[in-house]
Amino acid sequence: MQKYVSQIHRCFRCGYCKFPTDYSSFNCPSYRRFRFDSYSTGGRLWLIYAWLKGEIEWSEHFAEILYTCTTCKNCAEQCPMKFAPDIVDWIVGARSDMVEKGKIPPRVARFFEAVYGYGNPFKQLRSDRAVWANGTKKYAPGDEYLLYVGCLGSYDENGQKMARSLVDILNASAVSFGILGEEEECCGNEIYMLGETGLFQNLMEKNNQKFKELGVSKVITLCPHGYNTMKNIYPASGGNFEVYHYTQILNDLIKKNKIKPSQAKAKITYQDPCFLGRYNNIYDEPRQILQSIPGIKLVEMERTRRDAFCCGGGSGNFVTDLLAGSADSPARIRAREAYETGADTLAVACPSCLTMLTDAVKAEDLDDKLAVKDISQILKELLSAR
Amino acid sequence: MTTTSALCDSLIKIVGKNFVSNQKEERYFYARDGGLMPPHEPDFVVMPKTAEEVQEIVKLANREKVPIVPKGAGLALTGLVIPQRGGIVLDMKRMDRILEVNEKARYVVVEAGVTQGVLKSYLQKHHPHLRHSIPDSPPVATIVANAVIHGQGRLSQQHGFNSDMVSGLEVVLPTGELCRIGSCSVSKYWFSKGPPLPDLSGLFLGWFGTTGIITRLGLKLYPCKKMRDIMLFLADKAELIPDIMLRLSHTEMVEDVVVSAAPLPLRFRGTFWIMAYITGDSDEELEFKRKMVWNALWEYFESRDLGFLSVSPDMKAPLMSMPSKDTSRFADVSKGGGFQYAGPITPIEKFPAFIRKLEEVATKYNVFYASTTRLIGAGHCMMFSFSFSFNRANTDEMARAKKALYECSKFALEEGGVLWKADIYEQRLLMDKMDPNTLVLMKKIKQLLDPNGIMNPGNWEVK
Repeated sequence: MQKYVSQIHRCFRCGYCKFPTDYSSFNCPSYRRFRFDSYSTGGRLWLIYAWLKGEIEWSEHFAEILYTCTTCKNCAEQCPMKFAPDIVDWIVGARSDMVEKGKIPPRVARFFEAVYGYGNPFKQLRSDRAVWANGTKKYAPGDEYLLYVGCLGSYDENGQKMARSLVDILNASAVSFGILGEEEECCGNEIYMLGETGLFQNLMEKNNQKFKELGVSKVITLCPHGYNTMKNIYPASGGNFEVYHYTQILNDLIKKNKIKPSQAKAKITYQDPCFLGRYNNIYDEPRQILQSIPGIKLVEMERTRRDAFCCGGGSGNFVTDLLAGSADSPARIRAREAYETGADTLAVACPSCLTMLTDAVKAEDLDDKLAVKDISQILKELLSAR
Repeated sequence: MTTTSALCDSLIKIVGKNFVSNQKEERYFYARDGGLMPPHEPDFVVMPKTAEEVQEIVKLANREKVPIVPKGAGLALTGLVIPQRGGIVLDMKRMDRILEVNEKARYVVVEAGVTQGVLKSYLQKHHPHLRHSIPDSPPVATIVANAVIHGQGRLSQQHGFNSDMVSGLEVVLPTGELCRIGSCSVSKYWFSKGPPLPDLSGLFLGWFGTTGIITRLGLKLYPCKKMRDIMLFLADKAELIPDIMLRLSHTEMVEDVVVSAAPLPLRFRGTFWIMAYITGDSDEELEFKRKMVWNALWEYFESRDLGFLSVSPDMKAPLMSMPSKDTSRFADVSKGGGFQYAGPITPIEKFPAFIRKLEEVATKYNVFYASTTRLIGAGHCMMFSFSFSFNRANTDEMARAKKALYECSKFALEEGGVLWKADIYEQRLLMDKMDPNTLVLMKKIKQLLDPNGIMNPGNWEVK
């Protein structure tokens, strides 16, 4: 990660990073929100380089510029340079240096404090981590899957609804699984992206150790953020298990005819979560689930798949909310785009997207016109399992 | 003079607090561009949304005698929007509406912050049979800034400089009045920037924002054919390039003619890539054009002075892309995030001398070079780029690149070329060589329009 110091000057600030593939609009959430070039990826990289050279001092404003990046990875997709795949690591590397120096925005500091103290960013009690579960069976050796619901699934009202829907579907489909309940630890994806490498390492080791002790060989994650970190980062630290996002599992159950959704009547558009799409190239499974439902018409937003516009929740922004407070907040822009498709439902596959877009739809006064639902919720309402 | 704090309050009153910054981070970023000009910080970065806000800011700047620099994406690379004397940088990119496309009169009216990329995408989606002349600068470059620097693009071989394609302007004068230029000054239509009226667009185009701030611009659109293809030829004799370009132009079948040269990859060192782009609405039309191009160059094929390079799909994609991402990639050749080029506009007969000079200078200063030449008009002139990439972490290399650039600029001027988007140093070279009475005229115009000298001071400053 620290190689950013010797590489970061390579950004030419050409600005391709601001766009989607077809250049139709600005696709960098923080640039779209604030509009000063300093909030674009090029701006950030040039400012980090200036900071490293001592040309600018650390300031709260600088830290805020750095932390308004949602690590959505649009820049890495669009940058024409050979170093494009490294850009997010460079930003995370700079954040890591800021964390080491204790110079981070107060909201980010509170995020870390909450995870240090409570094991989740919401400052909720560990003993309440499984309140949502309503008797859901705990994982035991021999279960095929561990269902990992994460902090949002455990504590956030919208995330809890998602988790319950998913559990109901898995139960109805006779999937062998269990949860960790109160023993579940934060996955650390946001901690990693925010640059707290020490805490992340600690969380990752705890999870890897726990999974190993329990003999977990397959994990289903509710959240794409957890999926990303367990899939791409945990293995380097000994994580030795298969990871699936729940949409992969549900899609498989549908294909095997173990779930048969009943007739519906809805026009649905779908928000690609960054950590599922751009990070892990999972675009088709969520769509295939929706398309398998009789009576549902799937319509796409203009920016979709690898060009999808981030909801603004990544890198812990679903808590720190550094991009909020404006009609130009990414989630509100996305809610308007979803509404413009003529859809009556905005489907998501991520608890962060669910919470960000639910709030945005309310802020846009669209809540009686556009329902925001997770795919598991949509499917559960139409459940007809065999 | 009002205190900085009071000025800040006044600016906030005009555009709102979210769109004014005097913080170090914005001042740092807006103090520089990707080229080699030394930075200079503005006191404020301001993002107006409307022409009325621009007017208010200009009136305020006049009252307070504060410099004001309008900025698009800052991609000229020659420091044209570096605020040489501080003051206010106006980032125009919030003025981002495409206001009108007139399909029958083939023009579009855009606000000052509309980017090349957004317009391209908009036309493809809503008016697929129309297009504009896309430059090879990145898609975030604005339509207005490109016109202001007399940019060139994919249609310049057929229709001249991109600024020749302007079909009307709305300008905030340096004293705050809002003024329309061209047919739109007497009509609701934006089909002409001048004729049959006195052409006042020349008071603003090419002046780098020193005579006013363009808030709206009409741009001519051209037919967008269904198909497009590239014919790629290789030659190794620089002396033949002018004639090859002329022959291609003579066919009147070619959309765009670009010649490039670079020392890497090694297998292409010493060769010139001649790219002829053709378009058509049918296979027959494309085939006919291919045939015309072949016929025009046949003599050179027979003499083996010219070869045809069959292009694989992987190789073709970047050559066909608009804008060309390869232009930006050149900045990373030295793994250092920087390049700049001197791009004199010059008669095409100068190609052999210029390419020799480029190679000589690159060797002398030990810098990595490349060149891209674009034919402008029916052989009337070309833009020849002396491009040098450099590592921003290597100050010595940056200094050498700068020396190389200036030596090339001086050479181009001596050879009868005119420097394009000249930096303030090159502007002085140009003005030293300029007809004294032309200078007097420029000075009179500048003083008349901008009595307080607030507009992008340092640029086109006639002593």
